[in-house]
Amino acid sequence: MLSLEAINKNYGTVVANRDASLTVATGEIHGVVGENGAGKTTLMRIAAGELRPDSGRVMLDDRDVTGWSVTGAIAAGVGMVHQHFMLVPTLTVTENMILGREPVFLDRRRASQAVRDLSESTGLAVDPDAKVSDLSVGEAQRVEILKALYRGATLLILDEPTAVLSPPEVDDLWKVLRALRDQGSTVILITHKLDEVMAIADAVTVMRGGQTVGQFKTSDVTSADLALAMVGRELAEFFTPAARVSNGAPVLEVDNLVVGHEVDGVSFTVAPGEIFGIAGVEGNGQHELIEAIAGYAKVTSGSIRRGGTPIERLSVRRRGELGIAHIPDDRQRRGLVLDYTVAENLILGRERSFGRVRLDRMKMAIEAQRLITAFDIRPHDPRRLARTLSGGNQQKVVVAREMGGIRDFHLLLAAQPTRGVDIGAIETIHAHFRLARSEGRSVVLVSSDLSELLALADRIAVMLRGRFVAVVDRADASAEVIGRYMAGAAA
Amino acid sequence: MKALFPVLVGALVALVVGDLLILGVGQSPAEVYRLLLEGTWGNPYGFAQVLYKATTLTFTGLAVALALRAGLFNIGAEAQLALGGFAASVMGLALPAGVPAPLAIIACIVAAAMGGAVGGAVPGALNAWFGANEVITTILLNFVVLFFLNWVVTAHLHVAETVHTPAFTNGTVPRLSAVIPAFRGSAANATVLLAIVAAVVTGWFVFRTRYGYELRAVGLSPDAAEAAGIVLPRVRVATFTLAGALAGMGGTNFVLGYKHYYEDGFTGGAGLIGIAVALAGRAHPIGIMLAALAFATLSQGGLAIHALVPKQMADILQGVVILAIAIASRART
Repeated sequence: MLSLEAINKNYGTVVANRDASLTVATGEIHGVVGENGAGKTTLMRIAAGELRPDSGRVMLDDRDVTGWSVTGAIAAGVGMVHQHFMLVPTLTVTENMILGREPVFLDRRRASQAVRDLSESTGLAVDPDAKVSDLSVGEAQRVEILKALYRGATLLILDEPTAVLSPPEVDDLWKVLRALRDQGSTVILITHKLDEVMAIADAVTVMRGGQTVGQFKTSDVTSADLALAMVGRELAEFFTPAARVSNGAPVLEVDNLVVGHEVDGVSFTVAPGEIFGIAGVEGNGQHELIEAIAGYAKVTSGSIRRGGTPIERLSVRRRGELGIAHIPDDRQRRGLVLDYTVAENLILGRERSFGRVRLDRMKMAIEAQRLITAFDIRPHDPRRLARTLSGGNQQKVVVAREMGGIRDFHLLLAAQPTRGVDIGAIETIHAHFRLARSEGRSVVLVSSDLSELLALADRIAVMLRGRFVAVVDRADASAEVIGRYMAGAAA
Repeated sequence: MKALFPVLVGALVALVVGDLLILGVGQSPAEVYRLLLEGTWGNPYGFAQVLYKATTLTFTGLAVALALRAGLFNIGAEAQLALGGFAASVMGLALPAGVPAPLAIIACIVAAAMGGAVGGAVPGALNAWFGANEVITTILLNFVVLFFLNWVVTAHLHVAETVHTPAFTNGTVPRLSAVIPAFRGSAANATVLLAIVAAVVTGWFVFRTRYGYELRAVGLSPDAAEAAGIVLPRVRVATFTLAGALAGMGGTNFVLGYKHYYEDGFTGGAGLIGIAVALAGRAHPIGIMLAALAFATLSQGGLAIHALVPKQMADILQGVVILAIAIASRART
């Protein structure tokens, strides 16, 4: 049994955990849910020995282990798998497993056999001799979990494990976690997706603002109860179906577009005031399609027109000036300069509007203040480095810049805009999408979250192996229909 | 303050290692340090020599730091410095006698900047268009450029029995001793003012202008910069060209201010020490000027302590400082 008692943790003036307590029984799957920035990860890193609490106790089976080291935690069977993988890409799976505990004389064959055995006994399928750089994210995650198990973990902490997985991969992960539990292991699952907790967890702890606000048996509660506890208020307008489809000259026309081997002849048009959804399991070309329209993936053939003008040869900046805004799927890599302040990030790509030579600091400050207020970017401090914000607030910075910034837009390319984002921020972002549509702007929305597409999109295309296998009107769309196309059913 | 941590560690480690080395050759550290300070900051001539050496190091330090801000490693400041010095002397020799002095000086400075800029543009372009690693190209170009200039000078331009070009008179800048007589005998000259201006302008450019904003964005996150519409190859070529121009202008310190000719090997490693200056100065103009003074003090002080310990001691200490700073910056990130 692991219990955390009255944990406090501050980063400078920022409170990460306040009087947080939770108890995890041995042999259960325990969900820890809360919005981004609620302190889930910090609390779990304290449990795993990565961080030292300012006050409070960490107890493992009635032993006080407060402030232990990662090494100590691993020795006691507590292992954490992070949202961002910590693997060496140039090494093989086996080499990654034994990294840090490799013997003087390495018997490769035996080591890789041990990994294979472990892989088979847990159901975590992975080739021990594959190079990590060649693995998909799902496989890399299995390697991370195997690594923890290989080191003898009996209490496994997983931080947002499904953020990078496709639906079938999520199902596989659930199977593995249930099997581990049935073998007597304990699993702690950090997530902000309520349906996941309801699907798999035996018990759940809800966090809000650094505090633990409640611990429940999942059999005793509904996801609505948990949502209420998470945000502390009723969710307005949570899933409203799309309503209107407009006519008029198309805002975007894509004709027979080919991008390398990833996009294989895609054609579609987007009308003014339309949200055009693109569904599909990740890795079927959606990413490349959006990057090609935004202007930084090379178009192999085909044409892209914006309001009738061919744009496939224009620079990213010219396309921006033609009213194309872009929310990239990887906000930390593509959307933000993490070591720039919030204010600096809010003008990224629009810096020319803030000075031909000298940047107008005053104008930047006013813009930052305006956007921080309008999009409720927390904390309300333009001088904070983007790196120090929670995931949801980082995304709000990107959304604020692209949708509310100094450059007006007519077409928004939004790729996975709410992935890894808490419910409160999702609500804000969706509201802005709806507002944009009501003002006659258009959105191309790529999402692996079907409920998001069903809540917002006027039409939904399903992408599979670089092609659109179907384009469905909202009225005819349902999770079952889209899901069938995603899985490869013919149109 | 946090940024200064590695520098303080570097200084401290150098001090300890220095003590041990001095004790190792049987001398008293206190005595050696006293001599070192006396021979540099302790008398007008020594101080002026520190200023002179710091001037060149400021330029090469800026050249490395500017590239660093854009995420590029410029190991080629040595070649850019030599090209700048060479171009300045060619301009000085080519100018007709009647050109007014201020005009001649400006022409020589511009020539130095352009000479250095060429030395920077080549690795910049190779990186931007062909993806050639700039560390490797700048290291290799150092050899190409230095041997090429050696050949040009010794085969075509030298004064008999020497490895330098003829001296010129139009385009030279006055020594500081013309204003401060106590500096007599020192090479310190008005170029030091140009170095200060260059540092201030570079700082303004990097931290206050739109170009600097884009340059730093490319350095901190090329992917985000690209997605924002910043054209990476363009920024990289421009940055490398400007960096080369900065290093090239450093050549005026020797050529316009001291000898009034180009001499083979005048750079003497100042381009490479520029890397240390940029790192120790945290790629910030004020830090770079301070670091340039510190490394110039070590270099000049090496001569002053020669009576007690081998002057290579100063070189070893430079090396220790660089290593310690590099390690301490790593440890913090």
